[in-house]
Amino acid sequence: MNTQVEICGVKFKNPVMDASGTFGSGIEYSEMVDLNRLGAIVTKGVANVPWEGNPTPRVTETPSGMMNAIGLQNPGIDVFIERDLKFLEGYDTNVIVNVCGRSVEDYVEVVERLGEEKKVSMLEINVSCPNVKHGGIAFGTDPHALEEITRAVKAKAKQPVIMKLSPNVTSISDMAKAAEAAGADAISLINTLTAMKIDIYRRKFALANKTGGLSGPAIRPVAVRMVYEASHTVKIPVIGMGGIASAEDAVEFLMAGASAVAVGMYNFHRSSAMIDCIDGIEEFMKKTGIQDINEIIGCVG
Amino acid sequence: MIQSLAVVKKSERLSDGIYSVWFDTEIARSARPGQFVMVNTHSDAHLLGRPISISDIRKEAGQLRLVFRTVGYGSGELSEAKIGDKFEIMGPLGNGFPLDEVAPETKVLLMGGGIGAPPLLGVANKLKKLGVESVSAVLGYRGEAGGLFLAEDFKKFSNVYIATDDGSSGTHGTVVDAVKENDIQADVIFACGPMPMLSAIKKLAAEKGIKAYISLEERMACGVGACLGCVVKTKKVDAHSHVNNSRICTEGPVFEAEEVEI
Repeated sequence: MNTQVEICGVKFKNPVMDASGTFGSGIEYSEMVDLNRLGAIVTKGVANVPWEGNPTPRVTETPSGMMNAIGLQNPGIDVFIERDLKFLEGYDTNVIVNVCGRSVEDYVEVVERLGEEKKVSMLEINVSCPNVKHGGIAFGTDPHALEEITRAVKAKAKQPVIMKLSPNVTSISDMAKAAEAAGADAISLINTLTAMKIDIYRRKFALANKTGGLSGPAIRPVAVRMVYEASHTVKIPVIGMGGIASAEDAVEFLMAGASAVAVGMYNFHRSSAMIDCIDGIEEFMKKTGIQDINEIIGCVG
Repeated sequence: MIQSLAVVKKSERLSDGIYSVWFDTEIARSARPGQFVMVNTHSDAHLLGRPISISDIRKEAGQLRLVFRTVGYGSGELSEAKIGDKFEIMGPLGNGFPLDEVAPETKVLLMGGGIGAPPLLGVANKLKKLGVESVSAVLGYRGEAGGLFLAEDFKKFSNVYIATDDGSSGTHGTVVDAVKENDIQADVIFACGPMPMLSAIKKLAAEKGIKAYISLEERMACGVGACLGCVVKTKKVDAHSHVNNSRICTEGPVFEAEEVEI
């Protein structure tokens, strides 16, 4: 039985990874989760310099999900390379570094710094964070801006580049096409949906940022639809995510057209969420007579 | 740090909206006073763990006590726990109070406001075991309606002073008023409670030149330092985040009062 998938020449022992921002750098969960079992570790967004992030409260629960407005707090690329990347060198799994920035130059600086880092298998460019005012989503909702940043990053990147797309657009296919046209090696989706929650007793927004990104099982059907649309529009591989909580959910994304999947918010609920997905996919394959996981990728439609 | 099913050993209502649940769980074996756990609900609609402070620990028996106020779905579900019920719990989480640094001759002042009192019960218990003789606990309550939950338990380990908002017991006022009224002397303060109370304690400690350790609360998602949801502004650049933010779930929940901007 084969659970291995290949994306842009990078081999993954299985198609399961975490969604950026929900698993830190892996260090935080390493007491409870065997990181060697994961297809990849996708690190929390890192910028060229440290970011403070947003005021609190930054997180709140919503029906079958949550909203966050962390604001991409991160220690900056120097500390990331020294500490987080060094830690990950001890593990037998792919490392995908999520890169954030306020300007094209910020992104490019981080991408260049990571060029010589052998442990980094791929780069994921975060152009879809809804919680920072400058950069982030501004690049992810305008196809021209998306093309511009994709070209700039691709010109300097030494590793394959994944553009992480925002669902907060009218046509996800147009965004996927723009990324592909500008040379992206792969795309990942969906990032969180812009949302709002009001505390009616305190007459205040639940989050200090007023709006936040909605994630968790509540958004899964939206994500499946978008992964299907995007993967049937472009030829480059798609990494699918949005509310995955079980192996069945992961299989659903693979069938919709994703070459690999990421578990996000559900890591917070159960630290073994990704391991459960990996084991469950194998069980599903046995039960339904699938020899190779690649058989089911995009098998619906 | 583990996440596993814990079994309800004992469950009781202490007063209006305040409940106590003892769990059988391996987490107890490595837990320290001032740490917390994340308790999952049984509902697919409520997926984030509920951070609840550990109020007492029986290490050898492998038992943990959680005392909490019902505020929403998760605490509501937990308040209805029956003996033998299972809850998925992750812990122990956070740093806890620095009790190993407390010398036996130290005069310790515990200050707990409302649902901030429970984590200090484990502290009082531990200090007694460490042979610390002078332990005063000043506990603040709303008053008659809310009851003086856990006050009797604290008497086993410390001299107890009460403050109530309505003056129905002890000092009419805050825990800080009670410290002043009773002229309680201390070398170190351990405190937990609502933010205005902690701010007042920070000020009191600064005036008297006493070191104060305060336990903070914030909305959390992961509980293990991954999501960066629960941060507090810090005076110095934090060694982990490299900005002026510390993670309450990991570097805290207990901080030196003067180190945090509250």
